[in-house]
Amino acid sequence: MKLKTLTALALAATLQTGAALADDTIKFGAIATLEGPFAVLGQEGIRGVELAIEEFGGEVAGKKIELMVGSSNAQPDTAVAAARKLVEQDGAQIVIGPLSGSEGLAIKDYSKTQPQASFLNGGSAAQDTTLRDPSENFFRWNPDGAQWVAGLGEYTFKEKGYRNIAIVAEDYSFPYTLVFGFMKPYCELGGKVAERFWVPLGTKDYSSVIASIPDDIDAILVTLGGSDAINFLSQYQQAGGEKPMVAGSITVDQSVLSSKGRSKDYLIGTPTSSPVADTNTAKEWTDFVSAYQAKFPEGLPTPSLFAQEYYVSTKAALLALQEVDGDLSDQQKAFRAALSDLTFLTPAGERHLDENRQVVTDIFLSEIRPGEDGGLVSELISVIPQVNQTLGDDRETFLAYGPVGRDNPECK
Amino acid sequence: MKLFLLTILNSLTLAGLYFLVASGFSLVFGLMRSVNLAHGALYLLGGYIGWEVAEFSGSWLIGIAAGAVSMALCGALLQLCVFRFLEGQELRQTLVSIGLSIIVADVMLATWGGQAYQFEVPDFLWGSVKIPLLGLKYPIYRLFVLAAAVLAGILLWLLLNRTRLGKMIRAGVDDRTMLEATGVDIQKIFVVVFALGAGLAGLAGVVGGSALSLSPGEDLRYLLASLVVVIVGGMGSIAGAAYGALLIGFADTFGLAYSPTYGVVYTFLIMIVVLAVRPQGLMGKSS
Repeated sequence: MKLKTLTALALAATLQTGAALADDTIKFGAIATLEGPFAVLGQEGIRGVELAIEEFGGEVAGKKIELMVGSSNAQPDTAVAAARKLVEQDGAQIVIGPLSGSEGLAIKDYSKTQPQASFLNGGSAAQDTTLRDPSENFFRWNPDGAQWVAGLGEYTFKEKGYRNIAIVAEDYSFPYTLVFGFMKPYCELGGKVAERFWVPLGTKDYSSVIASIPDDIDAILVTLGGSDAINFLSQYQQAGGEKPMVAGSITVDQSVLSSKGRSKDYLIGTPTSSPVADTNTAKEWTDFVSAYQAKFPEGLPTPSLFAQEYYVSTKAALLALQEVDGDLSDQQKAFRAALSDLTFLTPAGERHLDENRQVVTDIFLSEIRPGEDGGLVSELISVIPQVNQTLGDDRETFLAYGPVGRDNPECK
Repeated sequence: MKLFLLTILNSLTLAGLYFLVASGFSLVFGLMRSVNLAHGALYLLGGYIGWEVAEFSGSWLIGIAAGAVSMALCGALLQLCVFRFLEGQELRQTLVSIGLSIIVADVMLATWGGQAYQFEVPDFLWGSVKIPLLGLKYPIYRLFVLAAAVLAGILLWLLLNRTRLGKMIRAGVDDRTMLEATGVDIQKIFVVVFALGAGLAGLAGVVGGSALSLSPGEDLRYLLASLVVVIVGGMGSIAGAAYGALLIGFADTFGLAYSPTYGVVYTFLIMIVVLAVRPQGLMGKSS
């Protein structure tokens, strides 16, 4: 009996969606790392998507939004598999994601084979996703890793006075980009990098790396995300490490600062820069924080970088859809034009796209401080306005630096 | 030189952790001829339960006990309610255990979320200590992991070699049918061994979760590590698990210290070499 009812219900549900699909639904697919070392970041990404859709009441231009979620684990092949399912099987018209750097590179290439769908990046921040050989239907409303750390290199050298640092970062496209963005100004000012440790994504045991960190350095630049960051930080502290840190955005994101376990007080005073600063007082950010806290009481104390970035991309898609009245016909031509020309106020200030469909945005330089409720927060020091992908250089000069990698820049 | 010594210490302590997880896996594997692919899930679940209890009771040691006991119960239940009905059907047991591990992993993700959890180890285990002869500073907790693994190894060895139960288990590993024919209730032994293996996984969950951290995906990492250790060491042998854990621990750590990019490869190279030269594993008996 029960089985029959269930079957009937399932059937009814299928019929219903079938009917609703006709022409009054727009299918969104979201891809985030709901597995692996970045699981909590992926969870945050999906929260961002849900927030944006809720803000529009679940519909745009009179059409209902249907959200489908695909999961990856920070490896490019899993992201492509999730995208294939969403686009080719489930018929997603607009894809939001992925989250991790190399996933983004793979999805950009995949997007070229699916001209009927539009892809809006989620949080992935490798440079060449948009800088070299961009894709017509891939839009990145999020800064890349080098943009994330705008201002950090100068600050580290001038204000903190660190002259010789070691770098610990994961070994793939995004940390290459971030480290490049940090080193370019830092090395131009005369800063030295004693050694770069590139560790595999998902490394748990950092004891060997910690043992190899030279003694004669002033600070360590750490660019590890999610559970990688937590593991490194606690093991470094446990091993008696005393060098101050400089943090690449995700390393001191709320997803790390608010993790369960021993206090992370030694992070106090660590400088970073990022597309978010927890104590930002701009109204667009505080409004976003309240909306997030109201919808996700079980979430982080304040939304992480990835909640914001997925939110911005989803909102950009919805605003563009609103402008063209939900028209996705003719290979989404009108929608894409509207998306490319859009300028709007995000929680991180005003954003718009450049000719490669890469965002230009404000970046927030901050330091880690104790928050009001006993946790740690990133306290805003200054805003670096309207950072573009070429970090202020003209495109030709910037391209001449060559693709980011383990040894670029050399920093002699 | 300092790096080399530290790397040796790191290898030993990581091997200790691998041994804690893999010894239980090896016992179950050896006796029941079934690969319990839910072993990693037991590790992680034990860790999470231990964390909750440690948080609630304020005592890390109670957390360890909770992790081990809860998983031992879980293991006994698994054997009584699931695997007993699939006896002799190795493929089905394997598939069922994969299914279970996927379900448990998702339930854990739903319950504890994607955040990493870290234990607050007691103050006397926190921080680092100067090792007299070598003149190095080393985290106390990692030395504790090594000591715990050695202790577990000795206890297991005593259990297997000095007790009646151990004799029956060893006999079962060698020839199950003969053991049954002598009138031993093999079902009871299965339950005990399964509980022991699962309990060790739960214990390792808390010990390992305190050394590194607990997060989704750890289950598969330790399952894979256990598989490799058991394949290298030979199934059903505690000494084999120890050798396997040492080899893999050294390969992992030296790989990461001296050639970080290719560190992962060494582990599998060792596995391939062992499979090619000695398919039954270093200490395994050929069938």
